[in-house]
Amino acid sequence: MKALSRVYLFLIFLFLYAPIAVLIVFSFNASTTMSRSVWSGFSFRWYSILFQDQMLLDALRNTMLIAATAAIVSTVLGTAAAIGIFGMKKWTKRVVMNVTNLPMVNPDIVTGVSLMLLFTFAARILGGSLGMFSLVLAHITFCLPYVILSILPKLGQMNPNLFEAAQDLGCNPLSAFFRVVLPEIFPGIVTGMIMAFTLSIDDFVISYFTSGTTQTLPIFIYSMTRKRVSPEINALSTLLFGTIIVLLLLINLRNSKDKKPSRAPQMEV
Amino acid sequence: MRKKWFSIILAAAIVASFPAGPATAASVPSTGVTINVYNWGEYISPGADGSMNVNEEFTKRTGIKVNYTTYEDNESMYSKLVSGGASYDVIFPSDYMIAKMIQEKLVQKLDFSNIPNYKYIDQSYRNEVYDPKNEYSVPYTWGVVGIFYNKKYVKEKVDDWKILWDPKYAGKILMFDNPRDAFGIAQKILGFSYNSTKTEEWTQSAKLLEQQKPLVQAYVMDQIFDKMSSGEAWLAPYYAGDAATLVSQDPNIGFAIPTREGTNFFVDAMCIPKNAQHKKEAEEYINFLCEPDIAAANMDYVGYSSPETAAKKLLPKETQENPIIYPPQSVLKNSETYTNLPDDTSLMIDTLWAQVKMGGPGKTATLAAVLAGFLLLYICIVVFKKIKKKRELQ
Amino acid sequence: MKAKSASFPYLVWMAVFIIVPTALVVIFAFTDRSGKFTLMNLEEVGQYSNVFLRSIWLGAIATAVCLILGYPLAYLIAKTRARQQNVLILLVMLPMWMNFLLRTYAWMTLLEDSGLINRALEGLGLPAMHMINTQGAVVLGMVYNYIPYMILPLYSILTKIDGSVIEAAEDLGANARTVFFRVTMPMSMPGIISGVTMVFVPAVSTFIISKMLGGGGNLLVGDLIDMQFLGSAYNPNLGSAISLVLMVLILICMGIMNQFDENGAMEGGVMV
Repeated sequence: MKALSRVYLFLIFLFLYAPIAVLIVFSFNASTTMSRSVWSGFSFRWYSILFQDQMLLDALRNTMLIAATAAIVSTVLGTAAAIGIFGMKKWTKRVVMNVTNLPMVNPDIVTGVSLMLLFTFAARILGGSLGMFSLVLAHITFCLPYVILSILPKLGQMNPNLFEAAQDLGCNPLSAFFRVVLPEIFPGIVTGMIMAFTLSIDDFVISYFTSGTTQTLPIFIYSMTRKRVSPEINALSTLLFGTIIVLLLLINLRNSKDKKPSRAPQMEV
Repeated sequence: MRKKWFSIILAAAIVASFPAGPATAASVPSTGVTINVYNWGEYISPGADGSMNVNEEFTKRTGIKVNYTTYEDNESMYSKLVSGGASYDVIFPSDYMIAKMIQEKLVQKLDFSNIPNYKYIDQSYRNEVYDPKNEYSVPYTWGVVGIFYNKKYVKEKVDDWKILWDPKYAGKILMFDNPRDAFGIAQKILGFSYNSTKTEEWTQSAKLLEQQKPLVQAYVMDQIFDKMSSGEAWLAPYYAGDAATLVSQDPNIGFAIPTREGTNFFVDAMCIPKNAQHKKEAEEYINFLCEPDIAAANMDYVGYSSPETAAKKLLPKETQENPIIYPPQSVLKNSETYTNLPDDTSLMIDTLWAQVKMGGPGKTATLAAVLAGFLLLYICIVVFKKIKKKRELQ
Repeated sequence: MKAKSASFPYLVWMAVFIIVPTALVVIFAFTDRSGKFTLMNLEEVGQYSNVFLRSIWLGAIATAVCLILGYPLAYLIAKTRARQQNVLILLVMLPMWMNFLLRTYAWMTLLEDSGLINRALEGLGLPAMHMINTQGAVVLGMVYNYIPYMILPLYSILTKIDGSVIEAAEDLGANARTVFFRVTMPMSMPGIISGVTMVFVPAVSTFIISKMLGGGGNLLVGDLIDMQFLGSAYNPNLGSAISLVLMVLILICMGIMNQFDENGAMEGGVMV
């Protein structure tokens, strides 16, 4: 039984990692004309080409800018929204939450298409065209539900009398919020913001429909896969993957040094 | 979907390492203007393997930055322009698409005083049917469609389109992933015009394509480069210009133009969409691409045929004499150009094309039944649970 | 807390960016190009019933495969020691940090006729297999991309199952099999439900995987929608009608799944 489960684990992880290993190995392939699965010598040339690719660097910058903006705006909006929704009557709350859930329940492609219809409609009336701005708006929209849903439970856990107690003790509502409520729900806010950021970085489908002329990293990758094959794409994935591994190692090292309990991500699904 | 905080650090690290990207060596100070250029994939010299990086060269000379993106076929370019709400400054549609866009007022008249290099364009490529008064477009390249084949596996003589229907090569045949080019092949086999408006002829062509579908490995565009050179596919219809890359890099790959049945002659030209934001700079870009030495360097890499004799003369001798890139009159004689079709015909083509790709039309009733079935299941479960609850309460 | 007004900006945002776009899809679905009311688009969707059936079928297979492969894995992980658990779950999630386009692209390299798997088979003297551009390849792509969405909820529910319940069952004479089928499995039902929903929804509506691994001949609903909006057949009205039908279909499926969720933990939405 034990051996069987070992074998099973091995096979599943082989399945999960084989494609990634292939990408990494072939990023060092010297060939240009041959297919992506024929090995023809070791080389770093795709990495040097990658770093000279202005389009790629622009796409990377756009992705980061959009993700940062979307994360910040959706966190601020979402925090306010969560507090408001928490104070709502049961029936209104239900309606608002159902609409909030819509972008999560809907397939991405439908969300993308519907936002594209809105933006082109607006562009026709107000002038202008799709691009950075519409991308940011779209990303904020699909990040908001995740932010709200990560804050609401924290509000539920909070002692409802705290806010009033602070006011009785002489705080005005605003400072009562910043000094009492905010620290209580802060972990939820941080989780929401990080989720928003990563969702935004990774999004392809919604961006594909709302990007106009702007390229983000996933869109750039997509257009690369539609063209003549270039191991540049492998080099890019290797770099991205490498960065993640290094960060994971650093964090684990720091954790073990601090003798803190391991803080590997917890899935509260 | 919880990637947690690792990604945030990753992101910060990446942003920090290239705050604005390496500065390009600009000899002319930047004008701060970026033009959006929307071109076919694999259709400009990118600066790899010692070729000229055309866009970078343009920026170097004019200080205008180029945001260069690509599309796969005329139809998706059109969709992106109309429904994607994108504002491009320079686009490269083909003949029939130019006519369509002129008709729908999607492109604007060019100011030819900003494009002095237009004088290099050969007379024979001016005043084409799609732009009879030559107001909207400047030709970029031209070419014909033919069949790429792998000599190792395809031993017979390739000279007609029907070989793409040969069951011997099942699973090794690639096909165009856009309606006009795909239908065009079927139309030539059946002896129809590309520009037929007869429903009957289009449905017959669609039937022929449906028959071919089981033999087709994949419907692709630029992925044929990879699939042909790796031997993954053996037969693929594509544009003659790409022979420069495929045939010259791999002696196993041949190219043939089915002259007997006839082929498509196309011109791809540069246009400026109506909603372009930098018309003057866009014209500067078009003018730049028409400069004979630039055009020559560009075509040398891209492999398509230039409409400028001045540029052609700058190309290596063997390219000029290459019958694939500059086909003789005998080939061109039996070729036909696509023209813009009436709206109802185009709509019909779109529907037929989707049907080809999904293998025939389905029945409305089936879909309705599926939806109703799911709904019924839902209702049953809800009712069942209600009853169960009631029983438990009793 | 009198903070209802705090949600005002969000409510406006929601109206503009969720309700209006959804309404636009509905409006487009029921109008023709000139903006007149018509049912033609919806009728035309019927012609594409094959595509819908294929999407549902392939999505269902992918979901089933994810469940069959993912359940044992989640179970095994939940059984290991806490430290190991973290490492293993991290390993399950790690591929998700890589863009899904890149991961799918990698499968092309593996599955092609002249790809690595066939090369390996050839090396071993085995006959080559044709894998790419088939429906199987599309299912594989879906399973590969979405299996973590199945494993994670299963794992989190399995770790929450109280060990004493299982001990109690064992003490009462249940063998390992009975314990699994009578105790563990029913208790992990919410995890199964949320995993199934989280895999099925994106699998049904995917539009890149079929393009990359299906060779363009295995059209799925997502590709069809893409075709109408940004692809080779410009027809946003038809595209909207297809989106609308897809949306309704998904909502019904979610409704069915929610009915199985005894605790009502999902409250009408997927928690990701």
